[in-house]
Order: sequence, then C-alpha cells, then structure tokens
Amino acid sequence: MTEYSQQNAPKKGLIVSPIENGTVIDHLTPGKAIKIADMLGLMQGAVVIIGQNLKSTKYGKKDIIKVENRFLTEDECSKIALIAPHATVNIIRDSALYEKRNVEIPDTVEDVALCSNANCITNKEKVPTRLFAQNKSPLVLVCHYCGFEIKGDDLKLKG
Amino acid sequence: MEFMNKDVVSIKDFSRPELEKIFEIAEKMEMNGYDRSLLEGKKVGLLFYEPSTRTRLSFDTAAQSLGARTIWFAGVEGTSVMKGETLKDTIETVANYADAIVMRHPFDGSARWAAEITTRRVSRGESKVPIISGGDGKNEHPTQTMLDLYSMMRTQGKIDGLEILMVGDLKYGRTVHSLSYALSMFDCRISFVAPDMLQVPEHVTSFLRSKGVSFTKSAKIEDAIGRADIVYMTRIQKERFPDENEYNKVKGLYRIDRKMLQMAKPTMKLMHPLPRVDEIAIDADDDIRSYYFKQAGNGVPVRAALLSLVMGAVA
Repeated sequence: MTEYSQQNAPKKGLIVSPIENGTVIDHLTPGKAIKIADMLGLMQGAVVIIGQNLKSTKYGKKDIIKVENRFLTEDECSKIALIAPHATVNIIRDSALYEKRNVEIPDTVEDVALCSNANCITNKEKVPTRLFAQNKSPLVLVCHYCGFEIKGDDLKLKG
Repeated sequence: MEFMNKDVVSIKDFSRPELEKIFEIAEKMEMNGYDRSLLEGKKVGLLFYEPSTRTRLSFDTAAQSLGARTIWFAGVEGTSVMKGETLKDTIETVANYADAIVMRHPFDGSARWAAEITTRRVSRGESKVPIISGGDGKNEHPTQTMLDLYSMMRTQGKIDGLEILMVGDLKYGRTVHSLSYALSMFDCRISFVAPDMLQVPEHVTSFLRSKGVSFTKSAKIEDAIGRADIVYMTRIQKERFPDENEYNKVKGLYRIDRKMLQMAKPTMKLMHPLPRVDEIAIDADDDIRSYYFKQAGNGVPVRAALLSLVMGAVA
C-alpha cells in the first residue's frame, strides 16, 4: 500500500488536494472530466474536485476527478472507458492508495450507450441496448440489433 | 445443420451449406409440387406493419400450399399498435396463437428483438416460436436475398463463377447490401454501377475485400452489361433522400430497355426486387432475359422451404 497522502500531497499553489476516502479518476482525456462527473452523477452532494488540462508526463494534458466517499462499479468504469480509454481509477482508503485499476472497454457494452441510428428499435421502444466493440482503438461499436456502426466520437451514453 | 426453430433475421446468420439446403428443398417443391400434409394443423402469423405485396402474399401462399393456416394483419390500422402497444407485447401475444411468425416492421433491428422475445419464452416453459423477418426498416430483408440467390441458381445452374452487375441505389438499398454479403460466400465477381452519391457504402466494400471478393465500381451500365450473367436493377428510393433536390439529380439516371438488352449476353437474366418505377422500361418485359416477375414467383418455393425447415416439418 502506498502512502497516498505523501505521494499526492498538493504542492504549494496546486488547487487539487488529496482526499481521505474515495476515488481519484486520473488520466482523463482533456475536456472530458465534467462530462464524466455528470454522467456518473458525482456532483449530487458529494465533495468533488475537478482538474482540467493539467500537465501529464504521459499524455501532455489530462483531466482529473477526485470524489470523496464514492466508489465506482464495474459498469461505471466501463462507461468511463468509452469516453476516456486511458483513464485510471484509484481507490483511496485512509489517505492511502488502496487499489489502482485501468479502465477497459468491454467486448460487449450492455445497456450503457445508445445506438446512433435514430431508427433503431432501441431508440424507438424500451429495449436494452447491446453494442459490440468491433475495434477498441479507435473505438468502433456495432449495434447488436440493427448492425449500425458507431464511431467513438459519435457515441452517446444513456442518461 | 439445425433449422428447427431457427430465426431468420439476417443473411449473415446463414452459412453456404444452409443456403444450399434451403435451395435444394425449394427446388424439389417447385418441381414436384407442395405436400399439404407438411404443415397441416399449423398456424403462421403474418404481422405486416408496413406495406408489402410480394413478401406477404408469397409467404401466405407458401404457408397455405403446405397446409398451414395463416393469421395476419396488414397495416396497423385496427390493431392495438394504434393504442400504443409495444412490439414486445404484440409478439408475446401472437406467439400464443402461431407456430411461426413472419414480420415486416419499420424499425431497424426489430426482427432481432422479436426473435429474442420468443427465445425468452423457453425459460418459462413455453415454446420457442421462430421469427422470420420480412424486412426490418432499412436494415435487412433476408428472404429476398435467398430468393435472389435461388433465382440465380435456377437460371444459371450455379452461383459460383457468375459475373453480377448491380445497378441503381447501392447506398440505401438494403437488398444490395444483403445480396453482396451473401455472394461473398460464393466465388463471384460483382460490378457496382451507380453515381458517386449512391455508390455502395464502405462497410460493404470493406467486408467484400476482407472476404477476397473481386468487385469493380463504375457509373455506366454500358461498362459492364456485356459481360454480366445477372443484372440486378434497383429502384432509386425517393423516401431515403433527406433532400428532394438530391433525389431529382439522380432519378431516371439508369434505365434498361429492350434496346439496351441487346448489348447483353443471350443467357443474361435481368432481375429486380420490385417494385420498379422507371428503371426497367415496360418494353423490356417480354425479352427472354427479363426474369423479375418469375424471380418474385420464386418467393413461394423459397419461403415454403424455409417455413417447413424452421417449423420442423422437414430436416
């Protein structure tokens, strides 16, 4: 277990401060943090710190989300992967890094994202969506029902 | 090869041996006549949410020729769909009345969804009722592709080695896409003739490339009609164009008449999924090469073969 508080202690002048218990979603694609926080419903009462366009040694720039007393499900991690495939999810307990996970685009995306074909049965009636990952980088999903190909940039997640 | 209760949703769900099995039974039925005892006592539901002439009537004829009764609606007027009933609830209901369901529906993917609904019945101890798509939106129309292939086989004696020319709306035409997928299982050459804005889409050509199918693209029928064994004409579908001006630019662009047919081989067969607008002149109807009405007639043996297979009457 790493001493999270030591490793991530905010340097002088840095706004993003550490949390005691909760989740740090790091290495988000720049500009996506608010969308992801909104999608996961993080801004409904919990303490949330969002950093945008921070320096990243790996990717140049990144966004980051820190949320207190909130832990993510597998489904939520899959949702993040669809928007920010390089994200890492750090679980913090007692100010220490308890677990670090890479998010992964699943082979089948079950009822998380919408088919982009407006005439698809899943957009017309209450039918759970199922999209197959035809290609993960760049992301291309195919609708199980209508066969429509959805590019990552056009992907909309279920509300 | 298991056909009993198999759903017919996409041509991609069928292998070449399965297609050949359907054609073998269809040909026997066409040559020897229909055995009315095959589906005696069975009922086939025909749920046509959208207009249809050939698909509905040929399924009806096929089912009744094998001794089945048909229960049906054509158009949603007079059904609970008008009261907002979902597809799921309609399928759940009709699955109690019918031993197989043929459905044409306006939404893409509706056939796959209907198939899943009747599959779930099994988990509660009820029978699986096979779903046969008669077209789902602009997605697929698998039995049209089957009768197209059957027509090629019946007229040319084979499908391997044929040179097939497809003309017209290759971008929006679902029959063209499904037929292209199916032809990839055979050793054919395909020529696509359409203006740039209606050319066959990338997802079809990349699929053909991945299967090693040889194809060309051109804007003129004259470039390929002389070497074609099959010319497959399609209607330019006004309803698929977002902008009427765009439609006006291409309507009437391709027209095959008796004179143009003289450029084709004597053994060439002119096919069309129908309905036509003006892409085949009436003066071509009596040419020996014109096959589109007989092609529509082939819907009966092919659909009869399919019904008898998925309903377990033949193996």
